[in-house]
Amino acid sequence: MNIIIKNGHIVDPSQKIDGIGDVVIEDGKIKEVISHKSKVKSQQKNPPSPPFTKGGQRGIKDPDLRTINAEGLIVVPGLIDMHAHLREPGFEYKETIKTGTAAAVRGGFTTVCCMPNTYPVNDNASVTEFIIRKAAREGLCTVYPIGAITKGQKGEELAEMGAMRNEGCIAFSDDGYPVMNSLMMRRALEYSKSFGVPIISHCEDLTLSEGGVMNEGLLSVTLGLKGIPAEAEKIIVFRDIMLSELTGGKLHVAHVSTEGSVELIRDAKKRGTPVTAETCPHYFSLTEDAVREYDTNAKVNPPLRTKRDIDAVKEGLQDGTIDVIATDHAPHHRDEKLKEFDLAPSGISGLDTALSLSIRLVEEGVLTMSQLIEKMALNPSRILGLPLYGLKGMLRPGADADITIIDMKKEIRIEASKFVSKGKNTPFDGWMLKGIPVVTISRGRIYEWQ
Amino acid sequence: MLNKKDLLGIKELSVEEINLILDTAAGFKDVIGRDIKKVPTLRGKTAVNLFFEPSTRTRTSFELAAKRLSTDVINFSVPTSSVVKGESLIDTALTVQALGADFIIIRHSSSGVPHLLAKKLVASVINAGDGTNEHPTQALLDAFTIKEKKGKIERLKIAIVGDIIHSRVAKSNIYSLIKLGAMVRLIGPPTLIPKEIEGIGVKVFHDMNVGLKDVDVVMMLRIQMERQGKGFFPSTEEYSKNWGLTPERLSLAKGDVIVMHPGPMNRGIEITSEIADGPQSVILEQVTNGIAVRMAVMYLLSGVKR
Repeated sequence: MNIIIKNGHIVDPSQKIDGIGDVVIEDGKIKEVISHKSKVKSQQKNPPSPPFTKGGQRGIKDPDLRTINAEGLIVVPGLIDMHAHLREPGFEYKETIKTGTAAAVRGGFTTVCCMPNTYPVNDNASVTEFIIRKAAREGLCTVYPIGAITKGQKGEELAEMGAMRNEGCIAFSDDGYPVMNSLMMRRALEYSKSFGVPIISHCEDLTLSEGGVMNEGLLSVTLGLKGIPAEAEKIIVFRDIMLSELTGGKLHVAHVSTEGSVELIRDAKKRGTPVTAETCPHYFSLTEDAVREYDTNAKVNPPLRTKRDIDAVKEGLQDGTIDVIATDHAPHHRDEKLKEFDLAPSGISGLDTALSLSIRLVEEGVLTMSQLIEKMALNPSRILGLPLYGLKGMLRPGADADITIIDMKKEIRIEASKFVSKGKNTPFDGWMLKGIPVVTISRGRIYEWQ
Repeated sequence: MLNKKDLLGIKELSVEEINLILDTAAGFKDVIGRDIKKVPTLRGKTAVNLFFEPSTRTRTSFELAAKRLSTDVINFSVPTSSVVKGESLIDTALTVQALGADFIIIRHSSSGVPHLLAKKLVASVINAGDGTNEHPTQALLDAFTIKEKKGKIERLKIAIVGDIIHSRVAKSNIYSLIKLGAMVRLIGPPTLIPKEIEGIGVKVFHDMNVGLKDVDVVMMLRIQMERQGKGFFPSTEEYSKNWGLTPERLSLAKGDVIVMHPGPMNRGIEITSEIADGPQSVILEQVTNGIAVRMAVMYLLSGVKR
């Protein structure tokens, strides 16, 4: 099917487009973007073809043409979540590739990268192949698996990165567990250079965080909950930056939650270290105060921190220290969260809410819309080298027809029970937010909501 | 009557509510001092001791408090229950409630468990100790004892000595004594006193000889032997030498100082026998007062219509 999205406000940082125009889609690819103001066409060179191969010229009745009126709406490249847990195989009671990608599409994401902590762990090519096949059959959007750094995520032996890379893994991570052995992390950063892929590091010094369930501070003392000091994150961020400098391996720091980590990454970037970083909506939206009533839905790892950390994370987003906003979508079953705080699993179901929460940064003036789309589409695509498999995160001609249309004026009330994801575990239940995707187009397939 | 269903912690109580409990406890103390120690106040009610951690003194104290109020009481002991068969906490609590419990007295190793149950149950939840959060009835009985001995709590200098970070007794006492106007000092090694705690409004001392100077009350905490292996202190001998309460150290306090301990004591480690058994010790009176205070709590919570 061919699609034309008319009169929307197009924001595509890859081409520095920020204005009214039309997007033309043909056979699941972006055909052209027509900017109304400058009348400049960004069009595929040679051969100069008519806009549509089937059904004739534009303006002539085309039974195969779908027109979407995007007047008053924002049209952006489909969002890329480079950090999610789809739970399949092994934990289908929490989420499946089908339900997870459905939540993604609802949240405006057209690409999801899934972490390897499944059962079995995605530490070999056959699990990677399973995920890719399952996603092709049942997924509503593109899924790229992230393979484990070490076998069984045990931190002891390197997993077969090359074989997993061949099957479609786009990065490697032992997410959920840090590689505590510094020599093993060094080897991972070295070896991954063979394939040009980043190592995504979950930075946590396990000896310092042992038994911890929330941020360490006065509140953890008064709640009687074991704290995780900010230093548990900072120490490993620093170690991994050092190892990246030693080896030249590409390091991507997952879910930055502390002021200190932002500073370390900022300094490293100034030195030219090949490091990138992400944060998640909860790390700039909530403080540790959210766990005050022992709300297990606010239990997450790394833990929610302080106002100071939130400010630093926002500053890091603003000055480019933090490249990416990812969800760390971690769906859990309600029975698992309805437990003693100490025993409940960590994680927030994030795909349904990430965009609306991040739009607050635009409202607050922390980011421009264009910068936001950089963090949620273009930068993930660049960091992961997604052009290898098909252009993603941009509206350039030839790119996959992954597009999100956002109504910035629409007010919504977050209702966990209505999440598309199986995981209803959110600390944002009841929040009023402004801005929500109303149409998501994933490789030319249209999903739309009222 | 307290205008609430549950007793979750001292944090959740106002000064007026604390005083109401203490005043009510005074009346019940008269009752348990009589020849016939029982009143029909809560006849026909049922209390369940739901203890997920071993306890003898607190459980017995609650059991006696319930019995003195003519309330039926059942001990739901965890090792013999369905919990070992994998039943969830919520299901266990709902089952106990379905058996007809009006009061669920809960002790659990995880902080916040009483708060979770209070939200899910219509029965009154009484916190008998949750993780390292609070042990409110212990703090109430301690406040009762201090008031009884000193006539007041306001402006008293009170030192709490020992493993503050892991002690729910210390936490509840800090909150209650501050609310009641005392000047609270914490004494112990830095590994056992979180550095943030001064934010609550207490003074921290690591040198016991300085910290004990001129105090009116010394509250010793039980030192748990397993902390030694975790690097909180090198040995019980070293702990005892630096933070054990000896007659020499106690002489630095005011002449009429009283010494308290929530029990069970490690004699010769955090407290010497001379002090534990000496004239300044009020340790056994604390135990007796515990029953009166727990009677007051159950009585005052029974007023809320469900």
